Amino acid sequence: MQLVLFSVFSLLMLAFALGVVLLRNPVSCAMSLVMSFVALAAVFITLDAYFIAVVQVLVYAGAVMVLFLFIIMLLDLREEKRRRVRLSAWVGGGLVVGGFLAALIQVISALPALNVTKPVVSQPLANDVAQVGFALFRNFNLPFQIIGVLLLVSTVGVVLLSKKELK
Amino acid sequence: MPTLAHYLIVSGLLFSIGLGGVLLRRNILIIFMGLELMLNAANLSLVAFSRFNLLADGMPNYNAQVLVFFIITVAAAEVAVGLAIIVALFRAKQTTHVEDLNMLKF
Repeated sequence: MQLVLFSVFSLLMLAFALGVVLLRNPVSCAMSLVMSFVALAAVFITLDAYFIAVVQVLVYAGAVMVLFLFIIMLLDLREEKRRRVRLSAWVGGGLVVGGFLAALIQVISALPALNVTKPVVSQPLANDVAQVGFALFRNFNLPFQIIGVLLLVSTVGVVLLSKKELK
Repeated sequence: MPTLAHYLIVSGLLFSIGLGGVLLRRNILIIFMGLELMLNAANLSLVAFSRFNLLADGMPNYNAQVLVFFIITVAAAEVAVGLAIIVALFRAKQTTHVEDLNMLKF
């Protein structure tokens, strides 16, 4: 059952990710990306990471994608004109991607330690929000506050970049 | 039951699709979407390692999930800044096609 759910949602995720790369209309690409993120959230749930799955849907499928769609509308992007495809770019890109995949699959199949099923946990994992919260606020309190500063800096930067004329 | 290798291969495939998008697409917004796909692939492998490597008390390693939380936050900030830069670029050049953006200064 777990394997079925995992396969269905990973195939959905990969198919929609391919849609992002292959579709020509930017709005279709963005919608495809939303579906890919939602399917990835489902894959996170098969790993018992409920908090991360919820954050994924809220932040990526919610905020980030609204931002993308908003910018696509703002720039009034139409379907891309078919331009002459440069063969060398496609061959080079395909070689890099194919080489990476081949190396990765070779490494993964050479390591029998990776061929394990999910180990049984000592307690039920339903309250993983509390667990992540403990880790976040005890062990990673300083990085958490630095992330807050980062968000502030990026907000100020975006406001500055969006001004009509930069001084 | 899916094994750790399954998750890592799916994560690698997602990363390759994102990398292919970055290398092959010419629209700067789609390149940005490819970057997001690659970040998500990293998140997937982190969560998979967190669930498969239990700590001594028999619980998943939640430090990895905190790292994923940070990655999602930084990615959100990165998207906001990057899209603002793209809008500024579009105002100056009226294009999002990377082959039309071949000057360092204009």
